[in-house]
Formats: sequence, C-alpha cells, structure tokens
Amino acid sequence: MKQLSTKVTSNGHGQDSSYFLGWEEYEKNPYDEIKNPNGMIQMGLAENQLCFDLIESWLAKNPDAASLKRNGQSIFKELALFQDYHGMPEFKKAMAEFMEEIRGNRVTFNPKKIVLAAGSTSANETLMFCLAEPGDAFLLPTPYYPGFDRDLKWRTGAEIVPIHCSSSNGFQITESALQQAYQQAHKLGLKVKGVLVTNPSNPLGTALTRRELNLLVDFITSKNIHLISDEIYSGTMFGFEQFISVMDVLKDKKLENTDVSKRVHVVYSLSKDLGLPGFRVGAIYSNDDMIVSAATKMSSFGLVSSQTQYLLSALLSDKKFTSQYLEENQKRLKSRQKRLVSGLESAGITCLRSNAGLFCWVDMRHLLDTNTFEAELDLWKKIVYNVKLNISPGSSCHCTEPGWFRVCFANMSEDTLDLALKRLKTFVESTDCGRMISRSSHERLKSLRKKTVSNWVFRVSWSDRVPDER
Amino acid sequence: MDLLSRTATCNSHGQESSYFLGWEEYEKNPYDVVKNPHGIIQMGLAENQLCFDLLESWLIQNPDAASFKRDGQSIFRELALFQDYHGLSSFKNALADFMSEIRQNRVSFDSNNLVLTAGATSANETLMFCLANPGDAFLLPTPYYPGFDRDLKWRTGVEIVPIQCSSSNGFRITKLALEEAYEQAKKLNLNVKGVLITNPSNPLGTTTTQAELNILFEFISKNKNIHLVSDEIYSGTAFSSSEFISVMEILKNNQLENNEVFNRVHIVYSLSKDLGLPGFRVGAIYSNDKDVISAATKMSSFGLVSSQTQYLLSSLLSDKKFTKNYLRENQSRLKSRQRMLVTGLEAIGIGCLKSNAGLFCWVDMRHLLSSKTFEAEMDLWKKIVYEVKLNISPGSSCHCEEPGWFRACFANMSEETLKLALKRLKKFVDNGILPRSCQVGESQSLKSSRKKTTMTTVSNWVFRLSFHDRDAEER
Repeated sequence: MKQLSTKVTSNGHGQDSSYFLGWEEYEKNPYDEIKNPNGMIQMGLAENQLCFDLIESWLAKNPDAASLKRNGQSIFKELALFQDYHGMPEFKKAMAEFMEEIRGNRVTFNPKKIVLAAGSTSANETLMFCLAEPGDAFLLPTPYYPGFDRDLKWRTGAEIVPIHCSSSNGFQITESALQQAYQQAHKLGLKVKGVLVTNPSNPLGTALTRRELNLLVDFITSKNIHLISDEIYSGTMFGFEQFISVMDVLKDKKLENTDVSKRVHVVYSLSKDLGLPGFRVGAIYSNDDMIVSAATKMSSFGLVSSQTQYLLSALLSDKKFTSQYLEENQKRLKSRQKRLVSGLESAGITCLRSNAGLFCWVDMRHLLDTNTFEAELDLWKKIVYNVKLNISPGSSCHCTEPGWFRVCFANMSEDTLDLALKRLKTFVESTDCGRMISRSSHERLKSLRKKTVSNWVFRVSWSDRVPDER
Repeated sequence: MDLLSRTATCNSHGQESSYFLGWEEYEKNPYDVVKNPHGIIQMGLAENQLCFDLLESWLIQNPDAASFKRDGQSIFRELALFQDYHGLSSFKNALADFMSEIRQNRVSFDSNNLVLTAGATSANETLMFCLANPGDAFLLPTPYYPGFDRDLKWRTGVEIVPIQCSSSNGFRITKLALEEAYEQAKKLNLNVKGVLITNPSNPLGTTTTQAELNILFEFISKNKNIHLVSDEIYSGTAFSSSEFISVMEILKNNQLENNEVFNRVHIVYSLSKDLGLPGFRVGAIYSNDKDVISAATKMSSFGLVSSQTQYLLSSLLSDKKFTKNYLRENQSRLKSRQRMLVTGLEAIGIGCLKSNAGLFCWVDMRHLLSSKTFEAEMDLWKKIVYEVKLNISPGSSCHCEEPGWFRACFANMSEETLKLALKRLKKFVDNGILPRSCQVGESQSLKSSRKKTTMTTVSNWVFRLSFHDRDAEER
C-alpha cells in the first residue's frame, strides 16, 4: 500500500491481539444487571463513575451553563464564534484554581501558562512535538499506560525507553534504574530529551514519593533534560498522604524561576478527576514561555469546544462545588478501593498498596503456571473467557514481571463489583483451572502468543475498537 | 535553545510581520458602533454571522439538546463518558445527511466513511499524516488559505508546491499550470502525493468548475499514486446549490465506484463556515478508502469532538425541517450581502472576481497600486489598515502570484458596518491615492520589513514570539 504514509502502514505488525480479544469479548457479551447478568464485567476501563450525581445536581441548579446563557442572556453567538487558541480566560483561570485546590493551594498556577488541548492525549502528543525530534527518546518508568506508545511515539517519531521498576520495592523509581535507562538509550543511539512520569501512577495507583520526585528533579537537572509529569489522576488521591506534585518539589527545593523549572511541565485533564472523558478537556502547564507559545499554536489541531469551555468554567468557578466535589470524590474512591482490596484478599489475592487512581495493581503471580508472560496471557484468557472479567494484563503496560494485572473499580456499581469479586473467588477456589479452557479456543490463541507484547495496536482487519480510555 | 524541537523553534524567521500588523492594529482599535465608531473594521475574518437568529430560535424551541437531555431524560452520564473515536453515530448520520442535502442529494454519504475531527484544521493535518511522508509534496492552486502552510506542513513535514493560477482566466486551474507544478516538484526532488483544492475556493469565493474538475481527475487518473483532497468547508455557502459540484459527484457521474481512483479522492468538511460555529470545533474527513478511514479514526484521538457538542449538533442537524430552511436562508442572505459589497465596490470603481460562494470577495485593487509589485501591495494594504481603518487580507498572504488582489469578508458584520466600510473606502479612493503623499508614519523597522516582503515566496506560518501572538486563526 505505497499510496499511504508509512505512519499508516508500518504498524500492521507488533500488535497485541490478545489485548483486543478481551475487548472484543466484552463487546460481544457485555454484562447488564437485568438483560445479561452472566455477561462480561468490564474492569479494564479507568473511568470515574462515582460522582456523576454531584455534577448532575449542580447542572440542575445552574441551567444557564449548559444552555449557553450568562445571567439568563443568550451568549450563543459569542461562544459559537470563539475559537481563540489562547482559550477562554475564565476557563483557564478556573482550571488553574482547580489545579491549585487539588494541591492544597500549596503552589500556584498562572492561567497564562496553561495551554488547553483536546484531552491529555492531545496534550501529551503536543508536548512531544515541542520537545523531541524524530528519533529522540523519553524515559518512562514501567509499568505505564499502554496508550503512551501511540500518544508519544506514533506521529512524532519519538522513542520510549523504559525505566524498569520492580515489585521488590513496590515498583518505585530508583536512581540505578534511571541511570540504566539513560545508558540503554545511549546504547541504542538515542538522544534522551526527558523523563515522563504519571503521578499518581497508572496502572499502579500510587502517588510518587517525595524521594522519587527529588530523584527525578536531580536527575533532569544533572542531565539537562525535561521532566513531564502527567498529573491526570491528581484529584483521585485518597490516601492518608497528601498528593505531592512536581510543582511542590520545585517550590520546596527553591527552584522556582530557575532554568530547571523551565524544563518541568505538567499535563492535566478533567477525564479522570471529574469523570468527563467525553468532553475532551486537557491541559499543558509549562514555565517555559517558548513552549507555551509553540504549544498554544499547536493546540489549533485540538482545541476544546467553546461550548464545553463555557460549561466547565461555570462549574469549576463554583468553589463551593469544587471543594465539596473533591472531598466527596476522594471519600467514595477510597471506599470503593477498599471494597476491591478486601474482596481480593478474601480470595487470597493481594494488591500493591495504593493511595490513588481508579484501579488496583493486582498480584496474581501465585496463580501463574510458570513465571512467564505466556502463563500470564493464559491466566488472562481464563479470566476473560471463564470468569468473564475484562482486566488488563501487566504485559500490556510493559511490566517486566509477569503476573500483575490492573483492575478498575470506579466504573461500575457496588453490586457489580461485588459480583465480579464473587466470580473471581469462585475461580480461584476451583482447583482445576487449566481444564476450563476449551481446546479450540486454546489452539487459536496459542498462535497469537508473543514473547514481547507491543502495545500500539493497528490491526485493520480486526474490528478496530481500541480501548481509548486509560 | 536546543532543548526545544526544531518544530517548535523553526519558524521564527520567514514571518510576514505586516500581516500581523493588521491584526495588531485591529486588536488595539476595534470598531464598535457605539463605543468606538472610528475604530478598525475587521474584514479579514471569514466568519458567517448572518444566520445566528435561526440557530438561536431552534435552540429555544429545542432546549433538551443543549441540556444533556433526550426526551426530557438526562443523558449526561452517557455523554460525559462517550469518548469513542468512531464518533456518536446519530451525529455522524446527521452530518452525512447534511452533506448530502448541501449537494441536493445528487450524491449520498455513508457515515461509516466519515471521521470526526476537532475542526477542518485537524482534519487536513490528519489527512496529510495519512497520505504523505515527511518530504512528500502536495500541489495547491494559488491563491490559497494562509493557514494551509501551518496545517499541511508544520508537524507533518509535508511540502506545498503551488499550482500558479492567474487573473487572465479568472484564476482557474489549467492543465498547463498543474503539469508545471508537478514538474517543479520533481525539480525540487519532491515526491508528489496529491493535489489539494478548496471548493468553493478560499480566497476566491468561486466554485470549482466542471472543466477544472475534469482536468484534476484526468491528472490523478494518469498518475495513480496521487490523491485528490477536496476541502469542501464552504460547500453550504454556494449561493446556488446547483453551481457547486463536489468531487464525489464526479466519481458518481463518471461511474468510478469500481475504479481504483475511487479510493484516492477524499473530502474535508466542517461546520465552521456553513453553520457559523468555529468555536465548536467540528470537522470531518470523508474517504472511500477503508485504510485511510481506519488510520484517520485512530488519529482523531488527538482531536476528538466534545460529546457535548456532538449531541447538540446531532439534534440540530437531524431536524430536516430546520436544515432545509437554514440552507436556503443562508444562501439567500449570503448572496444578498455579497451583492451589497460588490455593488458598493463597483461604485468606487473597484472590481471583484465574479464570485458565487464563500464569505468574502476577491477584490481587484491593482489599479490602486503605485507599481505592479508586492511592495506596492504592502504599501496599499498598510494605508487601508492605518488610514481607511479596514483590516483586509493582502493577496500575497495567500500566495497570489499577482500583486494587487485582496480578500474582503462580508459576512462577519452587520449591514450598517459594511456600508460604513464601503463609505470609508470610497472617501479614500475619491481623495486619490498618491503613495508619496501618504506617509503613514512608518517607523524604520517597518521600512526594513518591507524589504522582506518583496520576496516572491512569502512564508506564512508565523511564529514570532516577541509579537503579541494573536494569530489569524480564522480562515
């Protein structure tokens, strides 16, 4: 197909077809409490469905915001025409204040340094275009969000080199892992432009510790490279600890207004904290004026709908709402995570101790036949086909150790979660798991097993529904 | 600063600072009928402000659409969670029908072949990523929309080679010009991946003729590696629907559905001009090539349309009574407003290219130039900005090869404002234009920037950090 670009044609290989199978199976047979109680329960979707009632109640009390009115007057025309890539000032101000609130007002965000984007998918790609040349590399701690392979690399030509993290220390980033990744990049002839972390982490559900953050800031200082902190889950922190942003660390280390601070950038979005992935609201925050300027122009390729900017500027400007929402959101997430964790415990399954996020990083190593990714995929298929739960295998997140799975808890009702746990418990307690897979599906899937699982999926002949969501 | 990519830093030279001046001056001194009656009138913005009353009245009659309700029931949750890059099917169906309706149902569009994007800006860039590799070229007839230099080239690495069109035949695309552009690309060692036209044209305001379409189709039939992208963003602004011929019609009329060329013709659309909703960021790619659709769908992740907006507009466009009335009324008002501008200009002795579409006229001010040069065009433009206080777009910013042409928009202001603009222009012309007598108080820096603009190729992707970076986003 020489008529299309290599971007289109090159990824026909290297897909993770097994990952798709879970999605396909779910689509074919989705759980419904009434209509399909034996269907597959979706636990692979990092959505926050716990607080819609709060938002809906706000909308009912504030009808103007959605109806394109201000103080009862129609501002439809003004919004219809507003396409300024600088974004709506009231909205950026509200976003900046919301981000400050999430960080306990310990740091400030200047609205002028915010660049809006159509979701953090767009924000991350745009930052790559601004910071990296084709062939340059960013270092990312594993495990990481599978979408990064597409978002950071596909059209930009940038490369990802993993910083290997292991369960031996709770998957925390270590200095030696950082240095090793840096050396590895050099071995591959790649110029390292920066480090990208997700804080709190997807899929781990843990916030970076101060020690890790200090390590990262010291590292980028010494190497003269960038640090991108994707803080999309910052509002989902529910642990006893406070969320520490990279901005906190810059302040505490008295690095504000230094060259280093110009190389630290934050990515944010309302998709997880507010549960609004459909509205496509993302943001880049940078202290470097040139980056803000370039990213602003690039945002032309993914502006936020003015209709949506207006609605959300009204919502987020309501401080009574935001403070109540953040508190309630954390409470409900904490309670829901507890439910999953204790349910898993009663099935003899532990999780990485988490304090944030919409998922748990579940340890199923003891359920593997062998300590291999092949066995992980076998187990995963059993869970998909037999237990009828769609969860995400660690290999899809580039985890270096087999046996870990990401399980989401905030995208379903309590009852559904209880049912999922019940099914899993039954599965674990049954002794002969191996015989539960039918011979035919086993044969079919054998041919799809691969040792290294590449996650950017581009398989035209498959129904191309990709888990867009994190 | 090598800490930033070349993409981010490369365009700090090659700017067209004079183009910015018009915008800056407008921003400093915008016309307001009450608060600033002597301010600059914005005629450089291709916005359609003529039919908001129709949209607003529909919204009042259909409050559910904006309030996240369907039949009185809240669907907020459903929309908040909807991020499927295949798009809301009710919206794609309504959009496909709308596109067919604009073409008087002479062709129909399959919503499965439609990819939604955040505006045509995103659609065009995405198509380039799908069809071309860095260093490949697309041929574009001049004059063309300045934004293409950014949209098609910036992050994609694709090159644009112009198909030079001239006033001698109304700026129509000729076989000769097309072939010359192709040869030129070869000389520059560029692999031509396609031709991109805007139909109806920006800035010409004319629909592409059957003869031009025949030339283009002949060209791509002969050269089987070349795509044809037709940006039909202004399709609903053709004053008469029968005069607009879409590339899809050519495929149908020539029975090319089973010919491989069927997969090499793609359309870009948007609701920014026809419906006047640039703020809502609604664009689309239409293609018969399944691989292009598949890749573009995945790429649309980088610029999805807000589900809130998809839902509102799916309701609006599903209302056939509304769309029928809207399209007709829109055409009628645009035609009438264009007439006002054209006759007003005629009365001043200024002609326009005869247009039948768009939100602007391609105005012939060659006779007002002190010399037949782009330098003189810039001089005239500055006078019009600073003295006449009208912000119009100089032809050089659109890569026109002949100096003296300007794009003047007519649909982004009230009738009174348009009349005032014409009055000011008349006064200016009646007082005579003598370049010597009009010292616009230019500073030395402007004089030296004038030198840059005598370059025959003017780079329009502007990246000038020290300027207030308000870019002419709008077409």
